[in-house]
Amino acid sequence: MMFNRFLKPTIFILSLLPALWLGYAIWQTQQGLDVLGANPVEALQRKTGEWALIFLCLVLSVTPLRKITGWHILARVRRMLGLYVFFYVLLHFAIYALDSGFVWADIVADVIKRPFITVGMLGFILLWPLALTSFNAAIRWLGGKRWQQLHKLVYAIAILGVLHFVWHKAGKNDFIEPIKYGVIVAGLLGWRVWQRLKSKELF
Amino acid sequence: SKKLDAKPGKYVVMEKTTPQELATTYNNFYEFSTRKEAPAVLARGFVTQPWTITIEGEVKKSKVFDLESLLKLAPLEERVYRLRCVEGWSMVVPWVGYSLSALLKQVEPTGNAKYVEFISLADPKQMPGLSSGVLDWPYVEGLRMDEAMHPLTLLTLGMYGETLPPQNGAPVRLTVPWKYGFKSAKSIVRIRLVEKQPATSWNKAAPREYGFYSNVNPQVDHPRWSQATERRLGEDGLFQAKRKTLMFNGYADQVASLYTGMDLKQFF
Repeated sequence: MMFNRFLKPTIFILSLLPALWLGYAIWQTQQGLDVLGANPVEALQRKTGEWALIFLCLVLSVTPLRKITGWHILARVRRMLGLYVFFYVLLHFAIYALDSGFVWADIVADVIKRPFITVGMLGFILLWPLALTSFNAAIRWLGGKRWQQLHKLVYAIAILGVLHFVWHKAGKNDFIEPIKYGVIVAGLLGWRVWQRLKSKELF
Repeated sequence: SKKLDAKPGKYVVMEKTTPQELATTYNNFYEFSTRKEAPAVLARGFVTQPWTITIEGEVKKSKVFDLESLLKLAPLEERVYRLRCVEGWSMVVPWVGYSLSALLKQVEPTGNAKYVEFISLADPKQMPGLSSGVLDWPYVEGLRMDEAMHPLTLLTLGMYGETLPPQNGAPVRLTVPWKYGFKSAKSIVRIRLVEKQPATSWNKAAPREYGFYSNVNPQVDHPRWSQATERRLGEDGLFQAKRKTLMFNGYADQVASLYTGMDLKQFF
């Protein structure tokens, strides 16, 4: 089917668009144009963080959507969406490192001292084993069951990501944005808990 | 905005001023919105005429000043000040106004006047941000009496040679250049001279993060980020290291003596 053939490339390109736009915006900013506003580094920091959260929500919605709609083809894009979470978090971290002038001693001190960064960094670290075992050979090597167990880390990562955002905004009592993601992630994880409880009743 | 006639003032930092376009489109003015780009749009129709400031409390003569009398009260000066936001960015802004002391002298503060409280407008009809519970409204800021009487403390009526645009605190605000920006209350309607240290908005919202004094100090970090460096907006490039933050934002020669004997880590 045409749809099947084009699904992955289409999702790949759509998911890359935010990054391409950010690259374009950086180029424009370097030309002295005001695309990223008055504080371009802050804007980049926020936008990459937000895209990481959006892709986290997307990857977590694959299974519920598949179960509810019966579109099993969605399973094919789950890995790609997961890798895009890693990609946007990596950019988010790179901009943070850039903002810190790549002074690693300062970055380490910052991560230890400031809880919201500690939480964000923990999520970033937990993403690595998932990204590094995202190819088929790794699944064979680990065995399907162990691989699946390992990739349940994404639930912890999602919670850490939301907590990172909430905590970042906490000082200003400004919870409207983080609450949106909190509600979505809670819904997606809650659905899984509900499914688990339902299946247990069958015994 | 209208042109304002101002003579060059005593306090002018020899640094490149921030482009006006940038200083008027990147604003922390939570009465309108917590998004920095939003006040410039949401405050467009803000009504600043008529406007009065009531001065009361520990004074011999309480008075109400309208905008016209404020503009004529003392000669307008243009002063170019550094502006350091607690969030870690900075600008250099040419303000227009005169020392707040000129206004306070008019009401003859009594011996009990130890602090000055500044109260901003809180008009839900004009300010959509008031519906959010980010802070207790109205916005309240405060200074110790000697800080308020310091010649650097500017009663500000304009910027870039014009009257203040709404998003920057029209029609009258405070500018206290050696403190983090949030200490400089915008759109002031009431000034109270009081005996006890006032409960100020940010200090009430997060006392661990925003002290009453909030002097710019590279040695005292915010609990969530370092204050050692800052990014000068419109000047420091995207891939450029941040510049070092100066003690008292570079005004130590003028104001350090206000704090002799005080532990600035405790009174942050």
